[in-house]
Amino acid sequence: MTSQSTSDTIITARGLTKQFTVKRTRVDAVTDLDLDVARGELVAFLGPNGAGKSTSLRMLTTLLPPTRGTAVVAGHDIAGDPAAVRRRIGYIGQGTSGGNNQRVRDELLSQGAFYGMSRRDTARRADELLESLDLAPLAKRTVMGLSGGQKRRLDIALGLIHSPSLLFLDEPSTGLDPQSRANLWQHILDLREQHGTTIFVTTHYLEEADQFAERVLVMDHGRVIVDDTAVSLKTTLAGDVITLGFDGGPDARGAADAIARAREVAARQLEGNAGEVTSAAAGAVGGRPGGASYRAPRSGEAMGGQPGGATNPASRTGDAGATATQRLELVVDHGDRVLPVLLRELDASGITVTSAALRRPTLDDVFLALTGRSLRDEGETTASAASTGAPADPTTATAPTTATASAPERVSA
Amino acid sequence: MTITPTSPVRDTANVLVRELRPVVRDPFSLIFSLLQPLVFLGLFGPLLVASSGQPASETLQWFVPGILVMIALFGTGTTGSNLLFEMQTGSHERTLVAPIARSSLLIGRALKEMAPIIVQAGVIALVTIPFGFSVNPAGMLIGLVLLAVFGLGFGSLSYALALASRNRDWMFWAVQQATVFPLMILSGMLLPLEGGPAWMQVAAAFNPLSYVVTAERALFAGDLSSPAVLWGFVAAIVLAAIGLAVGIRSMKKSR
Repeated sequence: MTSQSTSDTIITARGLTKQFTVKRTRVDAVTDLDLDVARGELVAFLGPNGAGKSTSLRMLTTLLPPTRGTAVVAGHDIAGDPAAVRRRIGYIGQGTSGGNNQRVRDELLSQGAFYGMSRRDTARRADELLESLDLAPLAKRTVMGLSGGQKRRLDIALGLIHSPSLLFLDEPSTGLDPQSRANLWQHILDLREQHGTTIFVTTHYLEEADQFAERVLVMDHGRVIVDDTAVSLKTTLAGDVITLGFDGGPDARGAADAIARAREVAARQLEGNAGEVTSAAAGAVGGRPGGASYRAPRSGEAMGGQPGGATNPASRTGDAGATATQRLELVVDHGDRVLPVLLRELDASGITVTSAALRRPTLDDVFLALTGRSLRDEGETTASAASTGAPADPTTATAPTTATASAPERVSA
Repeated sequence: MTITPTSPVRDTANVLVRELRPVVRDPFSLIFSLLQPLVFLGLFGPLLVASSGQPASETLQWFVPGILVMIALFGTGTTGSNLLFEMQTGSHERTLVAPIARSSLLIGRALKEMAPIIVQAGVIALVTIPFGFSVNPAGMLIGLVLLAVFGLGFGSLSYALALASRNRDWMFWAVQQATVFPLMILSGMLLPLEGGPAWMQVAAAFNPLSYVVTAERALFAGDLSSPAVLWGFVAAIVLAAIGLAVGIRSMKKSR
């Protein structure tokens, strides 16, 4: 984590800590958060529920006084001059910002007045936001009568009424259908493009962080465990996943030998610096005949997952009953270069590969590599194997269908 | 866009305007909430007339001012539930992040309580005139001001209770019910306490609501110089001061 404090820094936090006492037990919600966010950045705070993301956000937005530590947000100290911070930031919380029995436009007018805007400025800005967020036809409706997506758009409009240069969003897309989610992100990205707004967003949807943020902070148990770009996180912390399908019964030994050869060839081609195929994959094939798949663990640590989880769709798509379909999953670096070599070696050994898929790592894989736990199914370890099969990019056309179904739909910017 | 720092007075006005907007948009909501006092007037009133053995007009003269205080009591006693709801949905949080003085968040809401009381009590007073209730206009105006001051204080306490009941809304209703009904009965609002046991009369002497009820009766009867009026205002102002102090303190600790 770099510690620089220039005039272009819009958030600086040092040792920010929050402890709660719940039933006489101390809970460390956030511990020693150090953070520098530059003007114009789009930062995603990623972590499972209860990791401390919202608590961090609530401290930075002056909603919660820190137990320890300091933070300067938008040029003002959160403890020393909270009112000045509040005037300069926008905050879109997890809940519904609009009052239930308030009309949509009325809430915007009230909000503008709260921020000290003149009546004329407020009215103009309110109409502008109603238009751009497709809320104009709903202006006279009460918040109670809005759908979830419409309420969320109003939340955004309320957060933007004073055109803040720094916008905090706490789990903005939770509970939204894929279309509303795509729509919401489009608005956020437009905002950034047009006004250079700094955006700080918490999410537990790794796809969002992956797709939209150039900088990702992963939080777990109240601590930031990594702070890097999404791309760099994926290349340094998680490998590519190759999934091969074989038809016509177990030929595990042959496959294992071919993979071992492929590994050597690939390693030679890549001059030894990469292309190492994680071990343990081959042995697993022999161990689980009849439709087994195995996701090799990156570290020596056991996965805790149930490898059989992802195999069902494969069996289903294969011949009904008689012929078993085998699937094999490998975690490799530079999968795009390993896969062709692998296919050639298997072919040379007379082993027919019926399907081959390369999946780029997701932030979920990163989280798994960092913590040994899956981000998506926090607390549901049995499902982790299936969930890591979630698609990350279009190369995963043949990814297990169960995982595809359970994964939130991706949106394109 | 120019963002200018706002003063607490401006903040209070902004909060008040926001609270009043739904009322202005849908004024009938005020009339519908008159159902409960109307039930008491229509169903309890005749029983009271029958059991008192006095003419209807005289009984109404005693009973209607009590009903007006009841409107203020029930209307403002439950108002905290609106804040409780806004705390649960997130719109209260939104106002906490906005640059609004914490005290204004409470005072603006509490001031709003005065408006419905004045409208509702005015309507009820006028509706009962054809049935023999006589109104002294000056007394009625002063009486409505007294009710508004009481409502400001009791509403603030209701908000403070809501803030204290965060994440436990059952507690709000339990305390609210446990407070409002004893206050009502021990104020001599529905039935005179003179015939009750001595301990009830002692309890009533400590109930600020008793003084407000007695003052309202004197005011509507045109007895403007009665000491009861003074005591009514003392009780209402003390309650308002305590209510605002407790309410503002709770709001400052609000998260």
